[in-house]
Amino acid sequence: MIKVENLSKSYGDIKAVKSINFELNDGEIVGFLGANGAGKSTTLKVMTGYLTPTSGNVYVNELDIQTNTLEIQKQIGYLPELNPLYPEMRVYDLLEFTGNIRNITGKAFKNSLARVIEQCGLKGVIHRMISECSKGYKQRIGLACAMIHDPKILILDEPVTGLDPNQIVEIRNLIKDLGTEKLVLMSSHILQEIQATVNRIIIIHKGEIVADGTNEELMSGFMGNTKLTLEIKNAEDSTVKALTEKIPSISLVDTTTKNGSQTLHLEYPKEKDPREELFQYAIDSNWVVTEMTPHSVNLESIFRTLTMEDKANA
Amino acid sequence: MRNLKAIYFKEMKSYFNSPMAYIFLVIFAVITGYFFTRTFFLFNQSDMRSLFNIIPLVYLFFIPAITMSLIAREKNIGTMEVMSTLPLRDLDFVVGKFLAALSLVLAGLLISLVHFITLTQVGTNIDYGAVFTGYLGLALAGAVYSAVGIFASSLTDNQVVAFIIGIFIVLIFFLMDKMLMFVPVSLTGIIQYLSVDYHLSNISRGVIDSRNLIYFASVVGLFLFMTVRMLEIRRWK
Repeated sequence: MIKVENLSKSYGDIKAVKSINFELNDGEIVGFLGANGAGKSTTLKVMTGYLTPTSGNVYVNELDIQTNTLEIQKQIGYLPELNPLYPEMRVYDLLEFTGNIRNITGKAFKNSLARVIEQCGLKGVIHRMISECSKGYKQRIGLACAMIHDPKILILDEPVTGLDPNQIVEIRNLIKDLGTEKLVLMSSHILQEIQATVNRIIIIHKGEIVADGTNEELMSGFMGNTKLTLEIKNAEDSTVKALTEKIPSISLVDTTTKNGSQTLHLEYPKEKDPREELFQYAIDSNWVVTEMTPHSVNLESIFRTLTMEDKANA
Repeated sequence: MRNLKAIYFKEMKSYFNSPMAYIFLVIFAVITGYFFTRTFFLFNQSDMRSLFNIIPLVYLFFIPAITMSLIAREKNIGTMEVMSTLPLRDLDFVVGKFLAALSLVLAGLLISLVHFITLTQVGTNIDYGAVFTGYLGLALAGAVYSAVGIFASSLTDNQVVAFIIGIFIVLIFFLMDKMLMFVPVSLTGIIQYLSVDYHLSNISRGVIDSRNLIYFASVVGLFLFMTVRMLEIRRWK
């Protein structure tokens, strides 16, 4: 279990992280989402003991990161952003070195090596120089190093950046598998990535947490109304205007006219679906309906509203 | 200790997996060989003084060159973050790297032993004690310069800058006792005591004095300590 308490980190005058709080439980896969420069990496760097917090603290199973740094680092596997590796080392040597530091030698190392080769699909490259490996393999090598000691906690900073779609799916599945027994915290600035992999999302914006919850919680919490696009022909203005009176649960947001057809952008509360009434009304008013598309609220719009607020206010 | 060993072997592998170690050893052998043999047969003396005089000069440029990458490069390519998040103490990290650099220096000295074999074959009345203390002094001076070099490397993430800072500090230690005439008389004692060459020449003369040994040990200790401190400071930035 990880507990982040009033954590702040400043770089000189710049406050990268402003007093954030959250708790992560074992067996959770948590996505840490934010735009570039929102403070994701800084938070992860503090959690792994790379940086010292300006104030606040991080607790891992009751140990705190500032006094028990080494103890906590033993329990954590960390893949830094951009996945730095030694290009002149062989993959095997790097894993052996990491194992050595983690006190995994001899037979235990052999077993661990076999496990990470299997999990990360490193079979073909194990004796290659890291500089000769492709980007996808490098990412998996970094992941293998983070997992060589079979840690209870995995912290991955942008684990899929720069991978092709197939590799992304592979890494995603690997993370999902790992998440059944481990606590996995992964960061990303790509929403689809987080959405496809994790069960809980923490959104950070300008160093502050603006949302924390499961996919569903976030969606229902942030956008109560469902959007609906209705494209009609042959409609008289008066009948369009009368629509909202006839069906009070609908609100008309916007109307556009193009090539003789009208497009109505409507909104209605999730629990009151007015589509049947709407259909009936269209028949009564002699509309020709060419399109009726409900837009399920997606996380992307939530993410946008959460992280754009400042611009709108400014 | 286990971690220190892991770091040490990683650095040794990295030296010998790149051209670095080979270039260093070959050029070191060529330069020392040239200066030794140039005067050896001319002067007809059974000692290695010409070799012992030239090696500290070679050190000036070579040791900053082999230490410049040790920490600066880790910062530059980002692996410092990996190292700092492994359960690894900064002290093990620094000392492991220091010992690797020192080993490379000692390997260079080991190659120059070839000239000692020449000496035993053709020389007479060889002062084995002086040869031994001469090598001991060079090894200790090598340790001081390596510690200075690794400190310079911890100051920056640019290897060239680390190299230049390294040469600069090493040069100060090297030149200190040659600049005594410009120093107020009251300070000459201190400046002389701080100079590497002063202690090196004491040892090379065949006298192993604890004062000299303490000097070398404390300078090495000081620079390694400052290096560890530099790594700690980074966490607070």
